[in-house]
Amino acid sequence: MTEWLCMLTADTTAAAEWAERRTRIDEAGLEEMAAGVRRDVVTMVERAGLGHIGGDLSVTDILVTLFGAVLDVDPADPTRADRDRFILSKGHCAGALYATLAHCGFFSRDELTTFMAPLSALNGHPNRTKVPGVETNTGPLGHGFPVAVGCALAARLRALDYRTFVVLGDGELQEGSNWEAAMTASHYELGNLTAIVDRNRLQQGASTAETKELEPLADKWVAFGFEVRVIDGHDYAELLEATAPSTSGRPVAVIANTIKGKGVSFMEDRVEWHHKVPSAEQVELAIQELTR
Amino acid sequence: MTFQLAPDAQTYDCRKAFAETLIELARADERIVAVCNDSVGSSNLAAFRDEFPERLINVGIAEQDLVGVGAGLANGGLIPFVSAAAPFLTGRALEQIKADVAYSDTHVILCGQSPGVAYGELGPTHHSIEDLSWTRAIDNLNVLVPADPVQTRAAVRWAVANPGPLYLRVPRLKVPELTPEDAPLEPGRAVLVSDGDDVTLIAVGTMVSRAVDAAERLRADGISARVINMPFVDPLDEATVLGAARETRGIVTVEEGIVTGGLGAAIASLVSQHHPVPMRILGITGFAPTGSASYLLDHFGLNADGIAAAAHELA
Repeated sequence: MTEWLCMLTADTTAAAEWAERRTRIDEAGLEEMAAGVRRDVVTMVERAGLGHIGGDLSVTDILVTLFGAVLDVDPADPTRADRDRFILSKGHCAGALYATLAHCGFFSRDELTTFMAPLSALNGHPNRTKVPGVETNTGPLGHGFPVAVGCALAARLRALDYRTFVVLGDGELQEGSNWEAAMTASHYELGNLTAIVDRNRLQQGASTAETKELEPLADKWVAFGFEVRVIDGHDYAELLEATAPSTSGRPVAVIANTIKGKGVSFMEDRVEWHHKVPSAEQVELAIQELTR
Repeated sequence: MTFQLAPDAQTYDCRKAFAETLIELARADERIVAVCNDSVGSSNLAAFRDEFPERLINVGIAEQDLVGVGAGLANGGLIPFVSAAAPFLTGRALEQIKADVAYSDTHVILCGQSPGVAYGELGPTHHSIEDLSWTRAIDNLNVLVPADPVQTRAAVRWAVANPGPLYLRVPRLKVPELTPEDAPLEPGRAVLVSDGDDVTLIAVGTMVSRAVDAAERLRADGISARVINMPFVDPLDEATVLGAARETRGIVTVEEGIVTGGLGAAIASLVSQHHPVPMRILGITGFAPTGSASYLLDHFGLNADGIAAAAHELA
């Protein structure tokens, strides 16, 4: 394969600090971490002149809750056999994932300045061979869920007790491969698998309702045999509760209702911020709002 | 080293060798699992399922899910043999092959069953003539096509021992044994079936034994044909190809696949840049008409007569 600039490695100091912080993390701590991730995302997208800022900001609280409080992963040993698996199927929101991983010490936060720069490990979509903490290369939609099903099946076959989480975009659910994976997860009763839908109700060009209606979405997951939890995807208490293990032995689907562009007033719920790049002035305003 | 086929040589379906070797290896290595798309029968996995019921994962008729699940199983530390009819495995799930397997650099063995025109009368929807072109175009994906049961067994063993993405095309059309048990199998290494210095026949999979038959006919016509079996369509044995280009008057390639991007196209690309020689690229030239597999191979000139005729044009 073509050689890239480098493969990133753990920032051991940051990883140790993160591990210590995790032992006493609470909702205020998650909120603080999320604000930091959001500030990084806004800055990264401005610097790169590219990025999917609206979805980055809608998924941030989900990522921060998982990495900040839920996932059993070790940034200093990111390929440990019994680690929890996390897959960002909506790979275009790599910016938010990179910022979250950097906050946890999977690699240095300094690397975020290379986001989408020539030869950077931080491509516009995540690459597991370059970025520790990434389990599979996503980008084309509808890929992450089947891979997550395979991860969950492997845990069962190997008698490992790790859990697998996959985050899906809501528009992404228009890809049929997700429903193939849902049937498999249900058939194999993968209670160790949690699929979280970042339900921000907007896709690239319009709302999901205008583009291709997803509702009744919870009913669909129920019909596919999932234990369904519908929550506010920006409420840490609800996120923590919803990411708890299955109580039924069936796979869990979390419909996390979110706001695209969350945290920056002029981006919130605006379809054009799917992948618009903020001006320097807008970045300044956004950082102010995210620093309160 | 020269191998000759007895006129009445027994012929074999390579799927049996595939399935038996998989079971043999699975007994010794519990990481090996099989994943299929309701293809337990057509992938010859019934015996595997009976012996390892937990390790046969059937995702139903869902090829995108099939390949993604395979990548996830590899992520979880298992060695998945993802097995499906070649047209559906490669055609329906090509993006999963690219992103989840090759680009993600996972140890997934993609097993394309009943490739080429093996499904005969079922028609072009069920023929897998494009798979070699498609898989060869994907970076970081080895493409391996055994020519007989011996090479099929070696291929399955190689696939387990060598982590990385692999497309293993498992022939279904019956072929005779022609590879010695101790013949090496490794990427970028061809097998010289018989030497010759007038013209070279480079064949893959089910076409190797037909090339051997063609060489016999050419010998009777006073033409010495070198016969090369190229099990790895990617990466090619470039040294052997360029040696043939230098030492013989031309190269005939033969494959059970479309001529626009498979073995012949790969060899043409190589020799045209480094040592141009006349070539004839034999294969399937388009959507096939109705007919049995053997009828279709004759229809497209993929038999000893057709190969010998092409060689005559170069020798």
